[in-house]
Amino acid sequence: MMDRRLIENFDWSIIWVLIGIICIGLLSIYSALYNQIQAHPTHNLFIRQLMWFSVGFTVMLFSLLVDYQQLKRISLWLYLLALLLLFAVLFIGKDVNGSKRWLELGGFQFQPSEFMKIAIVIYLSSYFSSQETSPYPGLKKLALPVCLVAIPVLVILSQPDLGTAITILAISGTVIFFVGIRWRYIISGALLIAPLLYPVWEHVLKPYQKRRILILLRPDLDPLGAGYHIRQSKIAIGSGMLWGKGFLNGTQNKLHFLPEKHTDFIFSVWAEEWGFVGCFVLLTLFALLIVLSLRVARRSKDRYGSLLVVGMTALVLWQVLINIGMVIGLLPVVGITLPFVSYGGSSLITLCLAIGLIENVSMRRYIFQFR
Amino acid sequence: MLKRRNTDSVELLNWQVTDVATFQKQYFLLLGLMLLVLLAYVFRMWHLQVLQGATYRYQSENNRIRLEEIPAARGIIFDRNGNPLVENRPAYHIQLIREDVRDLDQTIRDVARLCERSPEELFGVLEAGKHVPKFLPMRLMSDIDRDCLARVEAQRIRLPGVFIQLEPKREYRWRGTAPHLIGYLSEITEAELKGGQYQGYFPGEEVGRIGVESAFEKYLHGKRGGRQVEVDAIGRRMRLLDEVLPIAGKNVWLTIDIQLQKVAESCIEGRAGAIVALDPNNGAVLAMASSPLFDQEKFIRGMKREEWQALSRDSSHPLLNRCINGTYPPGSTYKPLVALAALQEGAITPDTNFSCPGFLEFADRRYRCWRAHGHGSMSMVPAIIQSCDVYFYQSGLRLGVDRLAHWVKAFGLGERTGIGLPGESPGLVPSSAWKKQALGVPWQKGETLSIAIGQGFDSATPLQMTLAYAAIANNGKLWQPFVVHRIEGHGPDEVDEIRGKLKQKIPIEQRYFDVVKKGLLGVVESEQGTAHAIKDKTYPTAGKTGTAQVVQMAEGPNRTPTKNLRERDRDHAWFIGYAPANNPQIVVGALVEHGGHGSSAAAPLVQKVIAEYLRNAPNAAGS
Repeated sequence: MMDRRLIENFDWSIIWVLIGIICIGLLSIYSALYNQIQAHPTHNLFIRQLMWFSVGFTVMLFSLLVDYQQLKRISLWLYLLALLLLFAVLFIGKDVNGSKRWLELGGFQFQPSEFMKIAIVIYLSSYFSSQETSPYPGLKKLALPVCLVAIPVLVILSQPDLGTAITILAISGTVIFFVGIRWRYIISGALLIAPLLYPVWEHVLKPYQKRRILILLRPDLDPLGAGYHIRQSKIAIGSGMLWGKGFLNGTQNKLHFLPEKHTDFIFSVWAEEWGFVGCFVLLTLFALLIVLSLRVARRSKDRYGSLLVVGMTALVLWQVLINIGMVIGLLPVVGITLPFVSYGGSSLITLCLAIGLIENVSMRRYIFQFR
Repeated sequence: MLKRRNTDSVELLNWQVTDVATFQKQYFLLLGLMLLVLLAYVFRMWHLQVLQGATYRYQSENNRIRLEEIPAARGIIFDRNGNPLVENRPAYHIQLIREDVRDLDQTIRDVARLCERSPEELFGVLEAGKHVPKFLPMRLMSDIDRDCLARVEAQRIRLPGVFIQLEPKREYRWRGTAPHLIGYLSEITEAELKGGQYQGYFPGEEVGRIGVESAFEKYLHGKRGGRQVEVDAIGRRMRLLDEVLPIAGKNVWLTIDIQLQKVAESCIEGRAGAIVALDPNNGAVLAMASSPLFDQEKFIRGMKREEWQALSRDSSHPLLNRCINGTYPPGSTYKPLVALAALQEGAITPDTNFSCPGFLEFADRRYRCWRAHGHGSMSMVPAIIQSCDVYFYQSGLRLGVDRLAHWVKAFGLGERTGIGLPGESPGLVPSSAWKKQALGVPWQKGETLSIAIGQGFDSATPLQMTLAYAAIANNGKLWQPFVVHRIEGHGPDEVDEIRGKLKQKIPIEQRYFDVVKKGLLGVVESEQGTAHAIKDKTYPTAGKTGTAQVVQMAEGPNRTPTKNLRERDRDHAWFIGYAPANNPQIVVGALVEHGGHGSSAAAPLVQKVIAEYLRNAPNAAGS
């Protein structure tokens, strides 16, 4: 039986904000898929998304039951399991559109790279909160975590899945930054990486990825090829104007101009139909979610807890920033979905797990309650 | 409050004072950074939606921009001499965008009148497609004729929303010729679209089925293009904004000669069977006929359910490519392989004599020779010429099943030839290990007798047998057969020539090949030969007849005369031959299902094909 005081410390405000975001997501998905649902009522992705939400919330509930302190002990094992699954994808993964990201287990598909996001945060926060590690750790202390981040990032890059690789880098970077990192490391790191940029541009990036970056600088370079998505997305967002065209009235969306409209470009659908006002509401909700989560981090009883919350917050935050930045034409197009808004099951469960862990820390923020 | 203070003291134990301070700093840094980015986003949004909103609104509403698909023409299939076998013809479809139509009812009636169809039929199409969004085109009529096209095109200005779509369709120039080899097309299924095999395909596209259309799909298919056009209020194109041209599929040149193919097909017309012709010098397939044939055009025009069922359930299996997919006991055509194996293993020599009284007693059973009163005593060459069963019973006994299997496999039997067409059968070369594993019982010596004359467990496709004979004809080179010798892209550099691939050099001594080939030559050229009737004066022909039993003969002194047997119990007739025997240019294998004797039912067909080829081949003045 759960302690009554645990429930008292449950942060309801996070859940309310989350529900707000999810409602916006469901409205947008319904609109994006409206034609498809009308044409094939049996293949209803909207209903499926509702099912994913119920699965996600169940996962969130279960993640509250275990004290997050327990995870500290198995953090390395969780990380190794995630790594094992990532390697498994390389060999027995399912090929979708030329990239191997999915693993099939008993008729159920999932992306191990999603699980890795959670595992790496748990591992990093327990590593940096151990007794021997002080704030502003030295190079020796940093070497191991940096390596353990680099391995999955390289594996995911080879799938290839640039979006997830960037997300994991950004999340890990945020956690390390939070532990505290000396300026001289940042500067020497930057100096080390700078000369690598050119060979990476020349040899590692695929032609389509280069084009996406060039498009950002000069959007009219190729308005129907690589620039097509972003141009149509901008037309959709811009044509929403202040108040939007109204629910189910988005023409860019309906006329099939928007690509990947129920996944990566879902924000354009929302922006077209609800205008600047709708976008402002959504951005505010995301900002609130981050502020409330970071409040949990600050109030946590120990360093491990706050690092864990910071990592989970970063997981949500970076995906929001990268996805919206891409859709409004400020960042290059990489396949990152908008948390809690885009269609998709695997990422949704990861996100619910992340919120669950944040709440977990929030509920157990007073030490003595457990003693 | 007391509790809270308590907590703080515990925290201080855990967190050093400096920790808390630095932590606070990072917390605000992160928060500030995030808010800064979000603020930038809000400004960007303000810029897009409020400052430039009107421009974008205009673009989204006033520009009626449509994406149209441009189908890619599929590659053309030529024969070896450049005769087009499969081309593309334009097909015209009437499309309708309901959003642009002023008076739907009247428009439908007008179109129906112009095309001499009943309006009810078109209303039916409209009803069936009512779930298609209104702004998307739906197909009203497909593949309309020229008259209808001309009338609709002339009246189009008065029919807003109606337009003509052009699509390339497959046209089989030699309709009903080599359908198994060429294959046909059908629409891609939903399952295939989801699977990984057909990436970059769209619903409604056609993919190759069986034969070259399927095996060379990735070359033939090409890549669909598209264009973005601005249309006016009634859906007419006003301006082409951008166009991505389709990339036509690559052309494929077959190794077959269409004239030879026609001759081969006419040879087995009316019977079930297969004729394969190969070039023994590189493994190229010169003709590949499987009978009965089917009509590919039916697939292109769209087949009714009943038609498809009738075709797929026909007991003569017209869709089966018997050359690569039908497996038959090879009968006496197996004997030259047994001879080569026995010679190379030293089980017998060319001069070993066996006496044939018309049967061989073995393990209390009589294994009969096809000639009831026997062949007398003879050595290897006459035994091949007269196809003496007893001689090969004896050779097989000395050789044993496993050594025989080893050498027969060296000739490519028991495994797929790798011709590259879908659905090839591997056939079966039995061995004692195979039987133990597959049937769970040990090998019986008596069975060795059966397999030595190509009966029993042995089975092979006509292509495999013909290929093995090609390897005899060229003294031991086993080629990988191929049906396409050139893949031709659109630039001058984009031509891939495909040459034969040597699978292996069979390690059998040349003198043994000479002995067996002498026997094969005698089969046609000597007076006693089982196929002497097909002798041609202009060039020497070598070959071997085969009469493969379908049902085990009842114990009795005589075979039942063929004409008294029911059709399905009659023997399969085989003949595999090559010519000119001294410089082989072509190897032809023929199998006639339930044809009776190889000498009378199959050998003449082979000679006809050989004669046709040598008549036209420039370098075949062999003899």
